Amino acid sequence: MDLQSQEAILKASQTHDKADLVVLLGSPDPESATIAAETVVEGDPSYAGALAGAQLGLLTYHVLEEEVHADIPDDVWEEQIGVMADVLEADALAETVAGFRNRS
Amino acid sequence: MLQGKKVIAVGERDGISGPAIAACAKAAGADVVFVATECFV
Repeated sequence: MDLQSQEAILKASQTHDKADLVVLLGSPDPESATIAAETVVEGDPSYAGALAGAQLGLLTYHVLEEEVHADIPDDVWEEQIGVMADVLEADALAETVAGFRNRS
Repeated sequence: MLQGKKVIAVGERDGISGPAIAACAKAAGADVVFVATECFV
């Protein structure tokens, strides 16, 4: 994950109640979803950024997960996500990110 | 689920962009506190 993003996420975790924070990912495949989820839940696996060693344990979902989709009005979903929901492997992405929720 | 939450939107260039995620979160009643579109290599 970008170093600037890690700094911003760390700052957000310090300025907001962690119980109110939700991370939504837009990763295209399980590999990148793993790295992104791991970074915000368990810390930066590359130990390069501000989240190295920071076990934030933030509640994290992939935006294509059913629980997220159910919250978004259909017209907005179509406009913003549209065909990508069919192109990407939503089930694999959901399973990957859910695995990190169950750990934290 | 997202109503009233503070959302960190971490999109990706080859997947779904940060602004698209943010627009969805706002429409669901969340407050978006950070938006980024990563380029995973």
